[in-house]
Amino acid sequence: MPLIAGVSRGRDMAERASTVRVHDFGEVDLGLSPDQAQAEADRCLQCKKPACVTGCPVGVDIPAFVLAIAEGRFGEARTGILEANLLPAVCGRVCPQETQCEGACVLSGKDRAINIGALERFAADLGGLEGEAPVARAPATGRRVAVVGSGPAGLTAAAELARRGHAVTLYESLHEPGGVLLYGIPEFRLPKAVVREEIERVLALGVELRTNMLVGQSLPVEELLAYDAVFIATGAGLPSFMGIPGEEVNGVYSANEFLTRVNLMHADRFPDSGTPVKRGSRVVVTGGGNVAMDAARVARRLGARVSLVYRRREEDLPARREEVRHAREEGVEFMTCAAPVRILGEPCVTGVECVQMEMCALDESGRPAPRECEGSSFVIDADTVIQAIGTSPNPLLVRLLPGAETGRKGNLVVDEDGRTSIPRVYAGGDIATGAATVILAMGAGKRAAAAIDADLRSGIAP
Amino acid sequence: MYSVVKAEQLADRVHELVVEAPHVARHAKAGQFLIVRVDPDGERIPLTISRAEGDLVRVIFMTIGATTYRLAELRAGDSILDVAGPLGRPSGIPQNATCVVVGGGVGIASCPIIARTLRGAGNRVIGIIGARNADLMILEDEMRQACDELHVTTDDGSMGRHGYAADVLKEVIEAEPVDQVWVIGPAIMMKVTSAVTRPKGIRTWVSLNPIMVDGTGMCGSCRVVVNGETKFACVDGPEFDAHQVDFDRLMQRQRIYPEEEREALERHHASHCGCEPGARHG
Repeated sequence: MPLIAGVSRGRDMAERASTVRVHDFGEVDLGLSPDQAQAEADRCLQCKKPACVTGCPVGVDIPAFVLAIAEGRFGEARTGILEANLLPAVCGRVCPQETQCEGACVLSGKDRAINIGALERFAADLGGLEGEAPVARAPATGRRVAVVGSGPAGLTAAAELARRGHAVTLYESLHEPGGVLLYGIPEFRLPKAVVREEIERVLALGVELRTNMLVGQSLPVEELLAYDAVFIATGAGLPSFMGIPGEEVNGVYSANEFLTRVNLMHADRFPDSGTPVKRGSRVVVTGGGNVAMDAARVARRLGARVSLVYRRREEDLPARREEVRHAREEGVEFMTCAAPVRILGEPCVTGVECVQMEMCALDESGRPAPRECEGSSFVIDADTVIQAIGTSPNPLLVRLLPGAETGRKGNLVVDEDGRTSIPRVYAGGDIATGAATVILAMGAGKRAAAAIDADLRSGIAP
Repeated sequence: MYSVVKAEQLADRVHELVVEAPHVARHAKAGQFLIVRVDPDGERIPLTISRAEGDLVRVIFMTIGATTYRLAELRAGDSILDVAGPLGRPSGIPQNATCVVVGGGVGIASCPIIARTLRGAGNRVIGIIGARNADLMILEDEMRQACDELHVTTDDGSMGRHGYAADVLKEVIEAEPVDQVWVIGPAIMMKVTSAVTRPKGIRTWVSLNPIMVDGTGMCGSCRVVVNGETKFACVDGPEFDAHQVDFDRLMQRQRIYPEEEREALERHHASHCGCEPGARHG
């Protein structure tokens, strides 16, 4: 792929130029050079009570690894991160550091926060798995734990449980492990090779992986409950649709489907790959979160002109600022304060009718409530519509679990350590919280693993 | 990897594969489906589970697109990269009822397992199987064993009765009280045939076959309109109340990728010689 000199940004990480990267799926961010990493790490004040660590859902000892980088002990930096986080190359790329570790950094108010995400990625990327010291594993406990779903929550829980000496079986319904890291997040943000390498690290702990397994169907619930403990991390499920007329016509995708076709099934390589996708020449994406940005940026790479329609103001976009900036640089047109009311065309999409929205008094989310401006309707020509307005928890296993307490949206209700209403059954990630971030799911997996371990050892679980 | 233990052509363009997949076979129930991915660049396609015994599961399919042609090339001893399932809700099985199971064309594949399960639950089962002509008829013997009574029809009269399955169904429901009906086949056949039971208000099930990707309740590709609401065939179905299904929308959504399917198929054929699909090459 053609690489041109990276453009240096405030965050010091080189990026491939938007005019180049929009034509391929190569990674946008290029990472830090060793000199850049050391210079950035050198800025760290090494706080006695580091706020950054409290901002990290998996509790990485940030000052320690940053110091190791500053002193050129790169391998030690990585080993230190791995103590708390077995997926650092993933987290360094997709964590919203600005609202977590970096947001808590004492320098963020004065100068600018240490670029912890880029440093984590730097330490994680160096070298690859070879030469990496194997992660230590406690003596075998003889306890068997089933982890259902191999996304960020499941992978983290599996790794933490295996480290503590439990025999872990990791069940995945798709043909490859990774969950949303694989089917959801595009290659240009999170290369699949990076994901696969980190999953290898988890499996190297002795975790037994079983793909193509629909737990509840391929493995009956009785057999699942025969494990000493179960962690359910089946993730987000069915995509939500807006419920406007025309959503069933050909050319309307959920973001889940569009991204799965490209990210998991490689429809960008059709017909070399067997799965097709409508590339579209004029694509409308509805929604304003990270998934909407991913869908819009993938559509750009497939060659379409892309408009993103969002009903609130630009400053209300829930996506990370960086993703919004990347999308804009890549030519995604933002149409804010606009809402689709009807999809036009039969049998295929020809356009989207939208209305302008005006912002009214603050609603319970603290943002102005959007209200339709009368007589403001307008039409965007489109041959493809991608709805990225959220998902509901995957219903497959939950509906088969006897006595499972569920929330309003069908999520499993859990306590702060991930315990469900069923003894010895724990849950975490999107299946418990609804759609959230990779790192929050990892944090949930880690907390639940600790609780499972404690419960198994204390005899609460057999 | 899942071993193919048997591969046979049953009729013109209709093939049978028996695959070793214990995780599917041991738990499969009537009405469920599985997903296969043949090789690393392959697409995931859903296929109805036609039979499950021990560790073996049988699927029957018609060669239509690149993936089904690829499947038709497999021979005993070959393997399939991925088999996931069983998926979908099993058929709801009544007890001590009179049921009719209607299969059209390759849709007959789904019928014996349903008929057997119904009969096992103490129901009287009447089978009706229809095909365009005798060369396309499949599983007649198996259906005869599974049902208390079997009617065979062909559109051209080359086998059994001359006519459509719908014609026979109409007579059957006039002749005796029928509690529930299953109709499985191409979408247009299900639409036309299930209309027969509507005036009498007989509970009628159809098994829908929209385009799927993951098949596990994640992507939403398989959405269908039932009673005016969006449902997902992979987790809410695949069987739905026939009289509430929007068949026209189903058929339209089955035709999202005509150009792509043609391109993939031409490419598949171009990579082979001009022999019959499924022919073995040295």
